[in-house]
Amino acid sequence: MGTFDILNIRNDFPILDRQVNGKPLIYLDNGATTHKPKQVIDAVVRYYADMNSNVHRGVHYLSQISTDAFEITRRKVQAFINAAHDHEVIITKGTTEAINIVATCYGRPFIGKDDEIIISAMEHHSNIVPWQMLCEEKGCKLRIIPMNERGELDLDGYRSLFSERTKLVSFTYVSNALGTVNPVKEMIDIAHRYNVPVLVDGAQAIQHLAVDVRALDVDFFAFSGHKMYGPTGVGVLYGKEELLNKMPPYQGGGDMIKDVTFEKTTYNELPFKFEAGTPNIEAGICLAEAIDYINSIGLDAIKEYEDGLLAYATEQLARVEGLRFIGTAAHKSSVISFVVDGIHPYDIGVILDKLGIAVRTGHHCAQPVMDGFQIPGTVRASLAMYNTAEEIDALTSGVERAVRMLK
Amino acid sequence: MTINEIQDELIEDFAFYQDWMEKYEYIIQLGKEVPLIKEEYKTDDYIIKGCQSKVWLYPELRDGKVYFTADSDAIITKGLVSLMVKVLSGHPAQEIAKADLYFIDQIGLKEHLSPTRANGLLSMVKQMKLYALALGAKS
Repeated sequence: MGTFDILNIRNDFPILDRQVNGKPLIYLDNGATTHKPKQVIDAVVRYYADMNSNVHRGVHYLSQISTDAFEITRRKVQAFINAAHDHEVIITKGTTEAINIVATCYGRPFIGKDDEIIISAMEHHSNIVPWQMLCEEKGCKLRIIPMNERGELDLDGYRSLFSERTKLVSFTYVSNALGTVNPVKEMIDIAHRYNVPVLVDGAQAIQHLAVDVRALDVDFFAFSGHKMYGPTGVGVLYGKEELLNKMPPYQGGGDMIKDVTFEKTTYNELPFKFEAGTPNIEAGICLAEAIDYINSIGLDAIKEYEDGLLAYATEQLARVEGLRFIGTAAHKSSVISFVVDGIHPYDIGVILDKLGIAVRTGHHCAQPVMDGFQIPGTVRASLAMYNTAEEIDALTSGVERAVRMLK
Repeated sequence: MTINEIQDELIEDFAFYQDWMEKYEYIIQLGKEVPLIKEEYKTDDYIIKGCQSKVWLYPELRDGKVYFTADSDAIITKGLVSLMVKVLSGHPAQEIAKADLYFIDQIGLKEHLSPTRANGLLSMVKQMKLYALALGAKS
């Protein structure tokens, strides 16, 4: 584990030197995607310059080295999340595909009419819609874990949702719209008392908190590479071996087969059963660099720094007149969502953009959350390890300036 | 004034503002001058899709000319729709439908015209021209 040196870290991210609208870029939209350190960018170039070849196919040298590199990523992910086996790590396009694999390959065979799936009131659309599609197809039902006004899940309400019809639970580790860190271990244990498997959406957790899938005893865990300083177009579905083995393949095609005749196809083993077709090889290989990068700083150091920055940002923004935080959970990570009385979030976003400050405005793909708070959307600043207190000061004065203009 | 004369006047107005801040302040000011849509028309029937904020637009045909009233829940979007109303409202349907809105580029708002922009300026323009065509066909 290294030491946390913010200047060194910022130097690793070339994009942070650029200007936007004539102002130095202040990037606070990390919940949408993070920037990439030069180690990852260089690896992408190196892949195409040195080893470009298809994986798991060729006997030739380049195919072997790209296959080896791709499999190194799988083992690095395994170690990063402390999975028991590397074949429990399925390389996907991203979190959305990972959740869809579970909805399709676990949902279709094992969830039937009148069965119930529990999700929470703070889910991203990606962890709502695949289940709704399954419910339409199979006649099963969604049950929603309620949330309080601070944006915390109601665990008594959660317990009361279980019955013999409950077949799966799926919820987010960290809310993308509110920043709430859910008590995942406790929630998983509750589900397991009813023998119900649990999928955790880790898209907003994996870059901020150390995740140990075995300590959590989670059944499925999904996340994306591009939100953890890695390339776009790659993500991970972790699943317990026993469950993944029970599930049919996701898509048919190359790589997922053992033997194909026109009469019958036998499927390949884990993890390839779920990885039909040529994957995003470059992103898959270069995800390893992002993991190495995070490990070189250390997630504990990253968490400590980001938590300090979140506390500072909360304290500073609280001084803006009329500003109201949306999501004030006791345990939060890296996300500050807010509204200002009488001002549309979109207007604030436009003015901040002109000041070179990138935030997200709108419903953040979590419309039910916004409906719950009876607002059209929020302004969301989401932090990464390279953000600084000076950037938070610029955000605060930018919001104040926007409010003066827009009132 | 014709549509082009109004556009030329706006280009001159905007040339006066040097930095973006003054430009946006002017747009916000324009938003306050928009002929407001009647509350009864602020329904889903008159909402413009494709905006992160809500925009309502209502067309009316009077003496062979199309008049627009509008509103938005976001103040900058309201300024943008106000600009469009200023240029297009009160002209014959045919002229609205075939108007070349060159002023948008010239006052430095071209970035807002991209179809992927959340403010929906492009959707506003499209909808205003569609309304004009529909009302023109009726008259």
